[in-house]
Formats: sequence, structure tokens, C-alpha cells
Amino acid sequence: MNSTKSNTLALRSCEDIVHVRQTVRTWMVEQRFTLVDQTKMVTATSELARNAVDYAGGGTAQLELLEESGRIGIRVLIEDHGPGIANIEQAMTDGFTSGQGMGLGLGGSKRLVDDFEIWSEPGKGTRVSITRWK
Amino acid sequence: MERIPILKVGEFLLVSIQVDMHDRLVLSLQDDLTAQVVVSRAKGVLIDISALDMVDSFIGRMLGNMAAMTRALGAETVVVGMQPAVAITIVELGLVLTDVRTAINVDKGMALLQNLLNESSVIDSHEFHEK
Repeated sequence: MNSTKSNTLALRSCEDIVHVRQTVRTWMVEQRFTLVDQTKMVTATSELARNAVDYAGGGTAQLELLEESGRIGIRVLIEDHGPGIANIEQAMTDGFTSGQGMGLGLGGSKRLVDDFEIWSEPGKGTRVSITRWK
Repeated sequence: MERIPILKVGEFLLVSIQVDMHDRLVLSLQDDLTAQVVVSRAKGVLIDISALDMVDSFIGRMLGNMAAMTRALGAETVVVGMQPAVAITIVELGLVLTDVRTAINVDKGMALLQNLLNESSVIDSHEFHEK
């Protein structure tokens, strides 16, 4: 798997969430992903970016354009150094929420993408990687 | 400061969201809209989201809140113009817009509000006669 383009964006404020999702949208339009693919990936990115800003004091979003045996993919890695998640399985369940959200963030985002990976350690932070293939 | 305009159209208020809203902008729209419902004594609110290319759980929750708040103030809210790709995405995300009335466009939304208004005035007059 080759990474052909990469860009890391800051996630500190709610304006940054908008900037990150618009950048993902632009990359996907350039790569001619379908409108439904774009919308799903942008929505999943928005959910995860908001988690980082609202519950973890901010973080970063690393966008990557991937190529694997002729297939094109977009990967977004959201990383924060917040409180982390003690029970990931529970956090992935719909309806689970630690804040005022509806608890759709993690489980819902997973359903909107092709690949979803999460690493988290209490006290250290959380990394979530989502990929959508064309 | 950035603001989403709220227009008065007859007995209704029309909000057309034309920008990718950040969270604070959504919250200020919620405040402005509830204030305008009271000031204008509007009986209905149309929120046009046809230019919105994404609805995540935060924006979805805020649409539900605005519908519930305006209802508490005596006005019905109809969300109009959702893009098909947005509809597909919110269902997979697990977002259920219960209690939010929707219509395909502003015209249909306006007609729906008019019907709701007529129904409620019929009920009001029945209640009046019974007393």
C-alpha cells in the first residue's frame, strides 16, 4: 500500500472540524468518489474530529491518499492525547456516550467506512483510523 | 459575527442554511430561531437544508432540538430539502430524526405547515364550542 499524498491538520476548535471535513471532501471530489461515498466519509470524519475537540482537548487529523493494486483510498487518522477510552467495546455500542452526545460517534462512524481501527489507552489518548476505498 | 439569516414569510419563518456550519454557529441559530418565533409570533418554521452536504449527529440533534423548542413555543417546524446522499448517510450512522417533520422542498413544506395550521385551528374552534 502506497501513500501518494499526506496532510496533517490541527483539530483545536469547532472551525477546525469544518476545515478537516471540507479538506476530506475536496480530496474525494478530486479522486471522483461517488457523492454517497464522499458524504459517508465526511460525516464519519466529522464525528471523530468532534470527539477529539470536545472530549480530548483537541488533536490532529492526518489525511492520506492511498493506492493499493490500482485501487484508490482515502484514510483519515484522528489522534488525540485526551483521557482515552477504558472500554472500547462499550464505547463502540450505539447509545453509549460519555458526554452530551448521542453516542453514535464511534459505532456510527464505523458503519460509514470500509476500514476502521481504534487504539486507545486511558490517560494517554486515542487514535482512530478510517479508510474509504473507491 | 457570522449568522444564519431568518426570514419572515407570511405566518412562517424560513431558515435557509447555505454554509457548512461549525458547532457554535448551529447553537447561535438555535438561540436566534427561538427568539424570532416569540418576536414574530410565527406559527411555523421551515428549515431548508438543501445546500447542506452533510448532517452529522451534532447537526441532527440540533435540528431535533429546534423542532422541539419551537413546538414548545407554539410553532411547528418542517425540515426541507435533505439531499439523498445525506439521507442514506444519517440512516447508516444511526441517526433517527424522530419528531422532526420533513418535506422534499420548500413548497411541500409550506403546504404541510399550512395543513397543520388548519387542523389545529379546527381543533381550537371545536374546543371553543364545547366550552
